[in-house]
Amino acid sequence: MTTAAGRMHSAARADVLDVERVRADFPALHQTVHGQPLVYLDNAATTQKPRQVIEALDRYYRSDNANVHRGVHALSERATAAYEAAREKVREFLNAQSAQEIVFVRGTTEAINLVAQSWGRTNLRPDDEVVITETEHHSNIVPWQMLCGQTGAQLRVVPVEDNGVLSAERYAQILGRRTRLVAVAHCSNALGTINPVKRMISQAHEVGALVMVDGAQAVAHLSVDVRDLDCDFYAFSGHKLYGPTGIGVLYAKRALLQEMPPYQGGGEMVKHVSFDRTSYLDPPLRFEAGTPDIAGAIGLGAAIDYVDALGSEAIGRHERELLMQATAAISRIPGLRIIGTAPEKTGILSFVLDGVHAHDVGTILDMQGVAVRVGHHCAMPVMQRYGVPATARASFALYNTREEVDALVAGIYRAKEVFG
Amino acid sequence: MTADLRSLYEEVILDHNRNPRNFQYAPPGANHVAHGYNPLCGDEFTVSLRLENGVVTDIGFEGAGCAISTASASLMTEIVKGKTVEEARALFESVHGLLTSEGGAGPTGKLQALAGVREYPARVKCATLAWHTLQAALRKEQGTISTE
Repeated sequence: MTTAAGRMHSAARADVLDVERVRADFPALHQTVHGQPLVYLDNAATTQKPRQVIEALDRYYRSDNANVHRGVHALSERATAAYEAAREKVREFLNAQSAQEIVFVRGTTEAINLVAQSWGRTNLRPDDEVVITETEHHSNIVPWQMLCGQTGAQLRVVPVEDNGVLSAERYAQILGRRTRLVAVAHCSNALGTINPVKRMISQAHEVGALVMVDGAQAVAHLSVDVRDLDCDFYAFSGHKLYGPTGIGVLYAKRALLQEMPPYQGGGEMVKHVSFDRTSYLDPPLRFEAGTPDIAGAIGLGAAIDYVDALGSEAIGRHERELLMQATAAISRIPGLRIIGTAPEKTGILSFVLDGVHAHDVGTILDMQGVAVRVGHHCAMPVMQRYGVPATARASFALYNTREEVDALVAGIYRAKEVFG
Repeated sequence: MTADLRSLYEEVILDHNRNPRNFQYAPPGANHVAHGYNPLCGDEFTVSLRLENGVVTDIGFEGAGCAISTASASLMTEIVKGKTVEEARALFESVHGLLTSEGGAGPTGKLQALAGVREYPARVKCATLAWHTLQAALRKEQGTISTE
């Protein structure tokens, strides 16, 4: 919190987010729920979509719809150009060296499974080690467990401290000559912690291990530079970045992708097919079997344009202000415990309330129009670590306001009153 | 409390959540036990009962859950005690009907407090967990019951 506050005061205030103008772009925000204005604070699950994204999808289906990379007709050329332009936007967004390092997938989960099954099954041997952390989302645990089951490799888990910060000491101890891959979230979805991935990557590289970063909770909130991080793989989902569902990205260093076998077989990923032998295209198309989510990729491109125009600095500053306001206000609520108090956090606030189950908190907030996530957040080991069955989680996005934080706080007081 | 909230969190529900009956209790000589778990919610109950000559002579439940699942389990143990297996099954059917609007008159008395849950489809699974677990216990079913 101190760091965030320091940054806020020293930063130029010129490019402050005009939240009212931004909100006008998001049609879904302007509705009532149970007779109350919607306060959407479930952004870590998925964000709402600006009209620029909705219109890009609409425009594509109305005028350019065709399959990509195979037609000679005008519509196919337009669709292909738009699809590849979206890939270039993602490259620039992540500061990747080449658009050939950008593979379109369904989402973060598919990106991780792709790496596990393609790179992992080719390269892991019995007694090799895959290192994950105690705070990972199930999507960054289960694919590695499956891979370990298939290859005989071992899973090692870096524990987390009480405040939600990964144990740097244990990480350094766990890394060793057996470590082949480290898979870590850039930001924890349940706790909000921003992990020191740049340092973790350089430590892993020192022992010769590769690093896969799960960026699902990061890309909408902070600027990501894969070359600066020097990560080997980076994954994110479009729908948490104001884009459509069903589209996501795997970034991988080109040299790695070149050596990786296909993940799925089918059309679009082959050079030549006969019944004796099939040869595959170069990346990224080698990893995009079948007709891709063309509209989704184009919509994601529009989402990237949208956040780029606002600027990640301005977005990050706005969300940090909301997080600070909310943290200060809910910390004063008797019987409330915040789960995840790392000094470096994105706008995620997980909490439990004495004597009130998270599901009851969620229902009472919903009745007041406030949408939060309740449950284990697909991170059961995190819940076990903190000894809670479930938490309520409010998560902020660029369109949330101070008044919405007030509505959240009032809603929590209401829950206390009901269960008094 | 607004009218809508009161329809879900009736005084009876709040009372049975605050002071669950037959809670963290397994009857001595319990001969029917079943385990219920909703993994998405984390609600988890074990229902134990002693069945003698076709009558539930004692019953209790252990575990943890939200207000709706806890109150429903508490009400269930209170009402089922002393009932025959057939009467317990009939109660299950009537509660199920009440929560899913599948018809039937629904139960009378305190169990009517569960009627508000019907308006909250996401919470119906909370209210039914203990009841399905009871059914499994009566049938001596193995494994874990879930209503998700």
